[in-house]
Amino acid sequence: MSTSIVPARPGMRVVAALGWLLVAVAGAGALAVLALRRGENVSAAWLLVAALCTYAIGYRFYSAFLSAKLFALDDARATPSERLSDGRDFVPTNRWVVFGHHFAAIAGPGPLVGPTLAAQFGYLPGVLWIVIGVVLGGAVQDMVILCASIRRDGKSLGQMAKEEIGPVAGFTALVAVLGIMVVLIAVLGLVVVNALKSSPWGTVTIGLTIPIAMIMGFYMRWLRPGRVLEASAIGIVLLIVALYAGRWVAEQPTLAATFTLSGKTLAILVMAYGFAASVLPVWMLLAPRDYLSAFVKIGVVLALAIGILITLPPLQMPALTRFTDGTGPIFAGALFPFAFITIACGSISGFHALIASGTTPKLLERERDARMIGYGAMLMESFVAVMALIAACAITPGVYFAINAPAAALGPTAQTAASAIANWGFVVTPAELEQLARDVGETSLLSRTGGAPSLAVGMAHLFSRALGGSAAMALWYHFALMFEALFILTTLDAGTRVGRFMLQDLGRHVWPAFGRTSWMPAVVLSSAMIVAMWGHFLWQGVIDPLGGINSLWPLFGISNQLLAAVALCVATTVIIKMGKARYAWVTLLPLAWLVVVTLSAGATKLFSPQPRLGFIAQAHALQAAQAAGTLPPGVKSAGDLTQMIANNYLDAAVAGFFLLSVIVILLDSAREWIAVVSGAKAARSTEVPFQPRAFAAGD
Amino acid sequence: MGAIVGFVHRAASVVRRVIGAPDYDGYLAHVARRHPECVPLSREEFSRDALARRYDRPGSRCC
Repeated sequence: MSTSIVPARPGMRVVAALGWLLVAVAGAGALAVLALRRGENVSAAWLLVAALCTYAIGYRFYSAFLSAKLFALDDARATPSERLSDGRDFVPTNRWVVFGHHFAAIAGPGPLVGPTLAAQFGYLPGVLWIVIGVVLGGAVQDMVILCASIRRDGKSLGQMAKEEIGPVAGFTALVAVLGIMVVLIAVLGLVVVNALKSSPWGTVTIGLTIPIAMIMGFYMRWLRPGRVLEASAIGIVLLIVALYAGRWVAEQPTLAATFTLSGKTLAILVMAYGFAASVLPVWMLLAPRDYLSAFVKIGVVLALAIGILITLPPLQMPALTRFTDGTGPIFAGALFPFAFITIACGSISGFHALIASGTTPKLLERERDARMIGYGAMLMESFVAVMALIAACAITPGVYFAINAPAAALGPTAQTAASAIANWGFVVTPAELEQLARDVGETSLLSRTGGAPSLAVGMAHLFSRALGGSAAMALWYHFALMFEALFILTTLDAGTRVGRFMLQDLGRHVWPAFGRTSWMPAVVLSSAMIVAMWGHFLWQGVIDPLGGINSLWPLFGISNQLLAAVALCVATTVIIKMGKARYAWVTLLPLAWLVVVTLSAGATKLFSPQPRLGFIAQAHALQAAQAAGTLPPGVKSAGDLTQMIANNYLDAAVAGFFLLSVIVILLDSAREWIAVVSGAKAARSTEVPFQPRAFAAGD
Repeated sequence: MGAIVGFVHRAASVVRRVIGAPDYDGYLAHVARRHPECVPLSREEFSRDALARRYDRPGSRCC
């Protein structure tokens, strides 16, 4: 995509301009169809056209502007991979390889789960926020942080926050990242628990992925050291075996009963797994799972794309549902601000800033590759979110709500669920719900809140339509579920380990021995601490009659957007100190929006008088029930009730901490910006000075 | 035949680097080019070392 140095002929320029005009018109037309057509089902094709045209315009024009004007990226300037080349971390790498690596690192379960949950508002809010948010926000954040890191020897976001803004912002960012890890791991654990509870097939298949990873680990360690691809091929074959083994177990009545586990049992198993992954040597469990899940991620994305392109399903969900007013069953809260924190990954995700300032900047061969890798890979992730939204909206709304609404709203049986859903204005019969559960090889699909099962149903729907017919539906469902759970658990185990290192790093200031990463007592203690932290939130989600996702996903969304706000503050500071204050709107625009969204969502979760929405209000309502000696619907015991009250206060404290962090970092950054812009402080860039690139063979 | 083998090797190297697996051949090439006086690590040592670095991040060094 390098632009030619020879000026194009005027005729060609006109053709190109007309072509881009056509793309713009097509995109705007598709968006208009999505927004305006009412009363009949819209084809997913319109959604794909709207997304792809917007991405194309954003990439061609906005990212070119960021590359040329903002950073003046220069292929003649040496990148860290060349200057610091060590053959290991700093390795000049072909841009397509870096693109693939960066995409596999940023694409996790986030873009699949968020859009699925946000579909309760209808498809329109989700698609607008994903498509516009990424072009002006998420892709900009990823690219600017990547460029800033490349020009600073591949420094991390935390280091840049400390050096560019100041120690207060740096420390707040560090603690906030730890808090985000805890909430993220808990909510991902809850998604897995909800997908596997009372599902012997799913439980056995996912359970088997652990010994499969260990077999791969032993193979790579002892049999054929370092042969990753051979081990991965073995692993993928064994995954298919595990899929059929799960079905076989589910068909044996006694075995099926053994593996039919409750949410609480599964939660304990997930915690034990996270602890093991953090304590055991990485070669045994973590690394092989990581490789396997990189393949699986790319596989799921391709399969989803092919399924959608072949079938181009009509969207059954309306453009807007009645739940935009905040009465939605899956999570409480009105369209503004909650749509914008429910979908983070896909629009803008603060987590990406950690990767764009981690491995990726150490690999880039040329500066201008940052455009394709920072901006381009984020567009690709956004497209994954669009496809997840399509899969969620292509199943009938009645089924969607039956899978995703919590037990407190649906009641225990298909009959109660169908009548609850009828009250919300959607039609589904108890027989249909029971038939669907049988089709996918489960006893019930009700209240599997979290997004993974409904996405799996959506994918099974697409695949069985494209090939295999309804007979293959159960296999496709468990195939999709296995792949999703595999890479969710990979985020969970790697996250636990990273969290353990962060905890050890913080703790060594108090007790030096605690920071020794290879001293077993410190390893066990810090791992137990981090698992206890996220395990507490996971447990809270499992016993919550409102489904847990209702309280945890908003906390995750707020924290992820907080991290994005930190990244954009760092980015703005870098831009201003670079002497480009006239372009600071590039990051100030998404920053302003995120601050408004995060602060209003956080304040609502804290202070709303509605018990469903506000943590403090819910704690008060539960305390009133406790004082009256009654149990609210869905609460199983007085002990659970006491714990729920404490949890709501804890959630309120966490939300309060995130709000305070946003304000602290913003004020600290604004102080620095004003000092530089007013001239009180010299605009001194901390970039590594220009060094010419030694052109390698092939240039 | 040689062309096919070469292609498979290149494709495997791309896949390895995309999934973040240690690239031993790339490391050997780096040592040969930049540090011809050093003896490179064996494949086994390199794999172990790369894994430890990927998940522990103790900072980077050369040779």
